[in-house]
Amino acid sequence: MGDGGVIGRAHRKVDAVDRMRGVARYADDLKLPGMLHGRIKRSPHAHARIVSIDAAPALALPGVHAVITGADLPTPYGVIPWTPDENALAVTKVCHVGDGVAAVAAIDEDAAIAACDAIRVDYEVLRAIYDPVEALAATDVTINPYARAGNLSKHVDLAFGDVDAALAASPLVVAEEYFFEGSTHAAIEPHCALATVDGGGVLTVWSSTQVSHYLHRELAKVLGWPAHRIRVIQPPLGGAFGGKSEPFDLEFCAALLAIRTGRPVKFLYTREEVFLAHRGRHPMAMRYATGFDRDGHITAVDARTIIDGGAYSSFGLVTTYYSGQLLGAPYRLPAFRFDSTRAYTNKPACGPKRGHGSVQPRFALESQLDQAAVELGLDPIELRRRNFLGADTRTVNEFAIGSCGFLECLDRVEAASGWKARRPALPHGRGLGVAGSTYISGTNYCIYPTELPQAAVQITLDRSGRARVFTGANDIGQGSSTMVAVIAAEELGLDLADIRVIAADSDLCPVDLGAYSSRVTLMVGNACLAAARALRAKVVEVVAARWGIAPGQVSLVERQAIDQTDPARRVPLTEAFHWAEAKHGLLTAAGSYDTPRDRHGAYRGGTIGASPAYSFTAHVAEVEVDVATGEAQVIAVWAAHDCGKALSPRIVEGQIEGSVYMGLAEALMEAHTVDGAHGGVVAAPSLLDYRLPTALDTPAIHALIVEHPDAQGPYGAKEAGEGPLHPIIPAIAAAIYDAVGVRLRRTPFGPPQLLAALQARAAREAAGALAPHKGRALAEVR
Amino acid sequence: MLRLPGFRVASPTTIAEAVAALAEPGARPIAGGTDLLPNLKHRLGAPTVLVQLSRLPLRDVEVRAGALCIGAGAVLADLAEHPLVRAHAPSLARAAGLVAGPTLRNLGTLGGNLHLDTRCRYVNQTPLWREALGGCLKSHGDRCHVVPGGQTCVAALSSDCAPALVALDATLTLHGPAGARTVALADYYCADGTAHTGRAAGELATEIRVPLAPGPRRETYVKWTVRKSIDFPLISIAMRFDLADDAVAAPIVAARVVVGALASTPKLVRKLDALRGQRLDDPATADAIAAQVGAQCKPLPNLPYDADYRRAVLPVHVRRGIAALVAAGENHG
Repeated sequence: MGDGGVIGRAHRKVDAVDRMRGVARYADDLKLPGMLHGRIKRSPHAHARIVSIDAAPALALPGVHAVITGADLPTPYGVIPWTPDENALAVTKVCHVGDGVAAVAAIDEDAAIAACDAIRVDYEVLRAIYDPVEALAATDVTINPYARAGNLSKHVDLAFGDVDAALAASPLVVAEEYFFEGSTHAAIEPHCALATVDGGGVLTVWSSTQVSHYLHRELAKVLGWPAHRIRVIQPPLGGAFGGKSEPFDLEFCAALLAIRTGRPVKFLYTREEVFLAHRGRHPMAMRYATGFDRDGHITAVDARTIIDGGAYSSFGLVTTYYSGQLLGAPYRLPAFRFDSTRAYTNKPACGPKRGHGSVQPRFALESQLDQAAVELGLDPIELRRRNFLGADTRTVNEFAIGSCGFLECLDRVEAASGWKARRPALPHGRGLGVAGSTYISGTNYCIYPTELPQAAVQITLDRSGRARVFTGANDIGQGSSTMVAVIAAEELGLDLADIRVIAADSDLCPVDLGAYSSRVTLMVGNACLAAARALRAKVVEVVAARWGIAPGQVSLVERQAIDQTDPARRVPLTEAFHWAEAKHGLLTAAGSYDTPRDRHGAYRGGTIGASPAYSFTAHVAEVEVDVATGEAQVIAVWAAHDCGKALSPRIVEGQIEGSVYMGLAEALMEAHTVDGAHGGVVAAPSLLDYRLPTALDTPAIHALIVEHPDAQGPYGAKEAGEGPLHPIIPAIAAAIYDAVGVRLRRTPFGPPQLLAALQARAAREAAGALAPHKGRALAEVR
Repeated sequence: MLRLPGFRVASPTTIAEAVAALAEPGARPIAGGTDLLPNLKHRLGAPTVLVQLSRLPLRDVEVRAGALCIGAGAVLADLAEHPLVRAHAPSLARAAGLVAGPTLRNLGTLGGNLHLDTRCRYVNQTPLWREALGGCLKSHGDRCHVVPGGQTCVAALSSDCAPALVALDATLTLHGPAGARTVALADYYCADGTAHTGRAAGELATEIRVPLAPGPRRETYVKWTVRKSIDFPLISIAMRFDLADDAVAAPIVAARVVVGALASTPKLVRKLDALRGQRLDDPATADAIAAQVGAQCKPLPNLPYDADYRRAVLPVHVRRGIAALVAAGENHG
């Protein structure tokens, strides 16, 4: 660590006051002189060929400046360069209700809406398919216009060890089917983009994106506009959660319409459009078989997964790998096989949502462990301890694991929840459940092949005694700008208030790949640390020379340089910076970070899911079940998370609490579904009908920080933004089982689903096929 | 962002002015606007003029001539806390306090809540959504997606206060071009989700009157939604029991149970005469009422939630509502 004493203290986020006062300027707050308003006309059909588009009636309306269609933006794109399979606007066909077919720029939103209504589109309606298994079997319908293998989006089949032999030799095999329902991100801020072209021919796009760099690349590609004449700026974001991690139609449309009209053009999604853009959690149908020996050790895991991808690839190639690749820890799997198939369907495309690709399989695997513990008569925490993979080791799929605080996570939630004493004593209807998980701190390989570093930060010291930190990292509310400020302050001995962070502006900042896969703290943090240390060395060297002592004897702390051998000798940092600038010229340094390339598997796909460092989490959930109504109320959640080192503990706690909330919502309420019986509409495209828990529905969440520093992270830090979401869903399922003896294997665990399961159990109890749970017959309680 | 359609706004200060303003074709009254404005953003209706009621003297709550009299413009948040409402119509206070969330209750009025438009998962959507669906009886179409083959719209009455007031034998006074009239709220709603109230064009609801209880009474309103705030009711039950004496062990003199969130009208549960003389705290009483509710009330797949589930738990919530009254004993209201 540096001398600053900043790391590990409770910080106020650098943008907190602006946000609290309501003066932060989000994308939709931006207004430029002469600005036009854009709107996208969307398809009412789930699957149709576009026969013709007549924009003339729209162009004839007052206030309408331009109309564009798919023919104006024919280059396909995709955030994964191997799967460019969507267009900004549909070119030949629409693939789900809400696919864009034309875009208008008009004097105001009302004129833009009227223009969209006036555009006439003739469609030839095609058969729509909403079920992934049906889509994979269909030979007469190809959904995606760029599909290379019918409706197969991606298939991954990887095996490590002899799974069949291990299962055959296992005294206990738990084999079950699970279904994880789709869910969406529901960020409060809808997507918004504003574009303008200046006199020098530079196109500037302000967008509520979490991946400025990929947007920059795809804008250049689709518009045919050179990258060096595009500037991408990300204003403050009102949440993202993965829902803004790839280019969207509105950014291309705003840019092209700004080019065409010579005026700034802004698009703001309606809430319904956010649901239609989606890119949320994939629905997964999972068949799992896990073998155990008599002591509860896992012998093998065999997983088959069907993934409902929606109409486009999005990150789907990665999702398909992640559905198996991220299961290798924190338990030792002697043998492991997964076979995952992603299908195209006529629905809004799924993509990355917080805990991308691994939340669903984690639910399945942890549920298998809980069931095995019951069948073997073991405490579920003890069963997990027995299967602990360990630190500084490799997973069965050859990923190198560094630090691992999973056992401490288990210890902490066990103690905090009163597990040992309370669990056996809880009455019927009340239960405790546990689950564990792991997650990546970024991925070792970039989305596109490159030899360039994954992250870079530039820092400049100024004569007023401040530091300016330039980073391409997207602060999406997770606190990445605060994170770099904390590191710079720590190394340079400055106060957090002395650090000015300039972020996510491609004209001002070095490239960063963006806020996804929980990569920012580790990667951008390391780059920032390198830059800060280089600057610190320059300052310390000059001060040491003046004082005639060794550089190692100079501390930078509390805005002063101090002689450790004579603490009375000190100089304000402002003056020390002047000394250093007099010698070196402008005080500036850059730091870069690139990932290690020796921590992944030596097989095809073995790089996907490999990370420099892994976080670990354990949750205990306490649930009360109303057996007459099927309502499961989560009373409390204890969440312990190994983030390596909490650079800013209050923000880490916030990430843990937010993760628990988000996963709890998926466990109990959320369902992003398409109604195939009614034209393929998204069933509940509003925050009224798409129910998320209110504050009154949210339990007490106890965030417990566990710190096992990892050599790969800055000061040992690993991720905290996504990992803590994973265990809550299986922990709630396990708590429901503990409470009332029913296993829910489909999300969400809503009252209808739980009541049906209780009724099924009551029938089996009545038939003598099951003994009463906790000694209490369901018929009696009802 | 969803945009409102264009309209003019009239701001009358007297009932006569309001009635005159409502005479214009295409005029619609607006009180708190918490129901109307989101519906207009969905383009469910295109009024030429909105007649704003907030400046009318319609907010008084008083006891007059043997009745609790409530101005139609009284705000829901106030009703939930009002001493007279809590004393004389505690189930109404409860219902008003359970509408939506706190911010909406600060705007919404009792008159507005009684005239809340019916709701349906196939109607309360954007124009694009309804176009994709192909329309329905209430929205540019000719078929019902809730009841296949149905010829009458069954969009759901979603007012929390209507069932409570019907159970209390409340009346509603309306002013129109021909003068004032007063109707029993029980007769006010009709089984047509596209036009479910008896309010004639140009009429304005002005006052709700709840007759004071003739003797000891227990009453409650039960609402269930998935979340503990914000939502429209998925289960909605108002119950009123007039007792021979001021104790839950006293014989029942009269019982009235009204269920909302079914189709377009509040449903008065029949065949409760046998309860006369029974005791409220006898579990058999609650079972008998729950059985009648279960037999007579069939939630439909009109609201965005599992209808079979709502059917299954409706009797449970009836029993629990009664159990809560019994548990409260003499500390009711």
